Amino acid sequence: MTEEVRCTIDGRMVSVPAGTTILEAARQVGRDIPTLCHHEALTASGMCRICSVEIEGARTLVPACATVVREDTVIHTRSERVDRSRKVILEMLASASDVSEAPDILAYAETYNADLSRFADGEKRTYDIVDDNPFYIRDYNKCILCGRCVQACGTDMQFTFALTTAGRGFHSHITTFFDQPLPESVCVFCGNCVGVCPTNALQPKQEWLLEQGANWDEIRAQTKKPRRH
Amino acid sequence: MVPRTNILGKRVGKIDPGSLPAYVASGGFLALRKALTLQPEEIVHEIMAAHLIGRGGAAFSAGFKWAAVRRETARPKYVVCNADESEPGTFKDRYLLEGDPFRIVEAMAISAYAVGANRGFLYVRGEYPLAYKRLAHAVAESRRAGYLGLNLWNTEFCFDIEIYRGAGAYVCGEETALFESIEGRRGQPRLKPPFPTTNGLFGQPTLINNVETLANVPDIVLNGGQWYRTLGPLTNPGPKLYAVSGHVRKPGVYEATMDLTLQELIYELAGGIPGGRRVQAVLVGGAAGTFLRPDQLDVALGFDTLRTIGATLGSGAVMVLDDSVDLWNVLRRVTRFFQHESCGKCFPCQLGTQRQAEIVTRLAAGNVHPGDGAALTDIGLTMRDASICGLGQMASSALLSAFSQFSLLPREDEL
Repeated sequence: MTEEVRCTIDGRMVSVPAGTTILEAARQVGRDIPTLCHHEALTASGMCRICSVEIEGARTLVPACATVVREDTVIHTRSERVDRSRKVILEMLASASDVSEAPDILAYAETYNADLSRFADGEKRTYDIVDDNPFYIRDYNKCILCGRCVQACGTDMQFTFALTTAGRGFHSHITTFFDQPLPESVCVFCGNCVGVCPTNALQPKQEWLLEQGANWDEIRAQTKKPRRH
Repeated sequence: MVPRTNILGKRVGKIDPGSLPAYVASGGFLALRKALTLQPEEIVHEIMAAHLIGRGGAAFSAGFKWAAVRRETARPKYVVCNADESEPGTFKDRYLLEGDPFRIVEAMAISAYAVGANRGFLYVRGEYPLAYKRLAHAVAESRRAGYLGLNLWNTEFCFDIEIYRGAGAYVCGEETALFESIEGRRGQPRLKPPFPTTNGLFGQPTLINNVETLANVPDIVLNGGQWYRTLGPLTNPGPKLYAVSGHVRKPGVYEATMDLTLQELIYELAGGIPGGRRVQAVLVGGAAGTFLRPDQLDVALGFDTLRTIGATLGSGAVMVLDDSVDLWNVLRRVTRFFQHESCGKCFPCQLGTQRQAEIVTRLAAGNVHPGDGAALTDIGLTMRDASICGLGQMASSALLSAFSQFSLLPREDEL
C-alpha cells in the first residue's frame, strides 16, 4: 500500500499517494493549472514556469509539474504572485516568438489578462524557416524553447540525440550538432519531435506545403523520400 | 574600534603561496592532522557549534549541509569547492586562492573526512589563470608530500582532488549548474529538490562549499566552534572578507568580523572617497545585490543586519559610487550583465533579463515611455518569484532596490 500525503489546495484538503505532483493533485480536485513545457510522455523539466504555484511559507513559487506534494503544505494555484508571473511570462513569450499557432498560449492569455503586445518594442527571435528534408520543416520563429523536441529526441523517447539546444539566454535556440542539415545529422525522422511540439514550430512538410497553397504534384515532388545513391 | 581580524588572510602576502614547506612551517596541515584524530561526527559538531554561515552568497548554514551529507548512506560521496567566483565586484576568493592555496586543499580534505568522501573537485573560474596555476601546484605538491592520497597519516582516510576550470559562465557558480558543467553538459541549473546533499555531483551525495567558507574550517578545527562564536556578533560569527571597489582611495580585500559597519569599511579601511566627492550609492553584494543610500552607512555588514534593512550581504562585494556616477548607466551595465549571463533554461529569466536590459538601456539614454516603471517591476517580480535559480531570482535585485532607494523613475504624470 502506498503512503498517502495530505495537503490543502485552494482551501480544499486533498489526500494523494506519496510522489504525486502538485499538478496531478490539483487536477484531481478539479483545479486546473496551465502548462506549456509539460507533456504527459516526457520528464517534467519545469522550464516554462507557467505552472508556478504558491506554497505558503516558501520563498519563491514552485513549478506544479515538477514538485511533489509534501505533507501539510498549503498550496494556492491562484494568487497575486502566481497570476502576475503567468501573465508576464505569457506577455514576454508573445513578444519574443510567433505564438499565433499556439492555442494554449492564446487561451491562457485570455484567462490571465495578458496583453500580448505589451513588450512589442523588444527584440524578436527571427529565423529563416529550415526546409532541409522531405518530412518536416522547422520554423523556429514559432519556437518557445519548451525543450520537448530535445527531450523526445533524447532520453525520453528516441535516444537519437539529433536535436539539442545551442546558444544562451534569450538567444538560446534548438538546432542540430554544429547546425548540420537534418539529413546529415543522426536524425532518423521518427517524427516524435513533431508530435510533441506545442506551437507548430515543427510541422509535417505536406501540411506546411498545403498551407502554402501547393498542389498535389508539387507536394509529391517535394516530399519524396530521397533516393539512395 | 574597527573590528579587523587576521585569520583568513594570515598567510596572504606573508608566505610564498607556492611553497609547501612555508605553509607547513606556518601551521599548515595541523588542522587536518588533528581532524584525523577526531571522529567525523565531532568535526561536523564543531562546524555546527561554530555557527559557520556559507560565504558564497546564499548565507546557508554550513553545519546543516555537513550534517546532511554525513547522514547520507549512499556511496560514493563527493566534496566540491566552488571557486567559480564570478559575481561582479567580488574578488575575495581570488585573494585566498592566489595567496593561500594550500589552505583550501587542507580544508577540502577536512570536509571530506567529516562527511565521508574520498574525492574532491575544485571548480575554478576560467578567468582566474593565476589561481588555477597555484591551486594545481598546491594539489600536486600536497599529493607528492603525502598530504593527499591513500591512507593519510596511516589512517583509513584516503582523499584526492581533481581541478576543473570553468569556461566563463557566471551561472556555473550556481551549485547544480556547476555539477552539470563538471559532468560535461550545458551549464544550467537543475530543479531543486533534490538538493546536492542527496543528489549532487554525478547524482551522489555532495558537499559543496564556497572557497571562503572552507577557509574558515582549519581554524575552527584547531580552536573549536566555541572559540569561533566569540568572534564578532553571536548570530553572524567569524571573520568575513569584504571586497571593496569603486570610488575609494584604497580598494581591496579587507577582513573583519561582521559588526564592521559600512562607514568603517569605506572611510577607515578603504581610505574614504577621493577627490573631495561624496558617496551617492553603495552596491552591496555585486550585480545580484542591493543599493544602499549614503544615510545608511552605519549598518553593520552582517547577513542578518543587512536583511533587516532589505539588503543582502551576498558575496561580500562592496561597490562604492560617488556623486559623479550616472546611476542609470550603472543599472544599464548591471542589467546587460544578466542579459548576457542568463543560461536560457527557464522562461522568466531567459525572457525577463532580455526585456529588462532593453528597457533599462532605453531609459539610460533618456527615452522614457509610459508604463516603464510597471513593466520593470512586473518583470523583476516575475523573475524573482518564478525563476529556477538564484541568477534569475536576483537579476532584478539591484534595479528594484534602486527604485525603492532612490526616486529614479519619473512618475506617469511627469511624462
